[in-house]
Amino acid sequence: MDPLFDIVAIFSLVLIVWVLSSVRRAHIRVEYSVSWLLAGAVLLVLSRWRTLDGWIAAGLGISDSFIALAMIAGAAFLVVLYRLSLRISGLKDSSITLAQQVAILEFRLEALNEKIQTPAAR
Amino acid sequence: MTPFVNQNEKRLLILIPAFNEEGAVGGVVREVRGAVPETPILVVDDCSVDSTRGEAIVAGAKVLALPHHLGLGGCVQAGYRLAYELGYDYVIRVDGDGQHDPRDIPTVLNALEQGDCEMVIGSRFVDGNGTHTSWLRAAGILFFRAMLRPILGRPVRDPTSGFVGVNRTALELFSATFPLEYPEIEALVVLQRKRFRFVEVPCRFRPRRAGQSTITAVKSLYYMIHVLLGVFVNVLKFDTRRK
Repeated sequence: MDPLFDIVAIFSLVLIVWVLSSVRRAHIRVEYSVSWLLAGAVLLVLSRWRTLDGWIAAGLGISDSFIALAMIAGAAFLVVLYRLSLRISGLKDSSITLAQQVAILEFRLEALNEKIQTPAAR
Repeated sequence: MTPFVNQNEKRLLILIPAFNEEGAVGGVVREVRGAVPETPILVVDDCSVDSTRGEAIVAGAKVLALPHHLGLGGCVQAGYRLAYELGYDYVIRVDGDGQHDPRDIPTVLNALEQGDCEMVIGSRFVDGNGTHTSWLRAAGILFFRAMLRPILGRPVRDPTSGFVGVNRTALELFSATFPLEYPEIEALVVLQRKRFRFVEVPCRFRPRRAGQSTITAVKSLYYMIHVLLGVFVNVLKFDTRRK
């Protein structure tokens, strides 16, 4: 099973480097990188610290420590994705409200301009 | 300048949501003007990439232009918000594709003015002509009829109709809370949550004048799941069921 742990370690490192690189290039905002970096760090630690995997597997009643690691990895990514879904939903709501308000303000501004430019309205 | 805010006592606004309807929207606006002269017409342009906005203006409507595409619910809600802010008492929504016959607007308005309900649905199945409905849509309507009956506690014959009139009470509600993607069915459940009433009146429906429906056969399954989930979530929000 060792190669599998090595693959997870490499994957974790790639994830961390990729996210840090994206943050540096301002593709991801710092606050949204934290969840991914934490998930990557946890996976890296677990893939290298086999004793800890053993403890967790025993605690979960799982005989295979790699399955315990895979479960933790899956759970970590589900949590990250759920947090992002929450954030996206909030941003979409804000975006819709903002778009509606901008449209209404533009509409009222145009109406006001027309009123000002019409001599009969003065 | 013709005042956008109507000076008559009814304070009715005709709301036409439109997305890429350059081939139909002008004709719809002219028909509405013929059916209810002197009534302000607001076309809400959901960031069309064609000349929908220009066609609507040329035909004599005012246009509320959204800065980016919001989908039907967001588009209609923007119109409701503006109408509510401007103090309209009644808003009747007519689709921009020409499927609704503007000659039925007085029927919807009369039902609203009776004061027995907060929303009026122009229905193609109440002595109307539902024959212009595709088989897929007809099947969906049958399904949603059966699903909504126990939730609403009464039958609804045309739950997907977009020919809808609301009074100021419903306008206030929908300005604040309105389903954003496929709004017609969920709006009924939102209405029921607040114990508001609706009635259906017979209206004529026609084939769309131009363009294509946004709900294609492929999207139908997504539509069904989306609406079912939306209805389920709204049912969970019920404070107290109507006795």
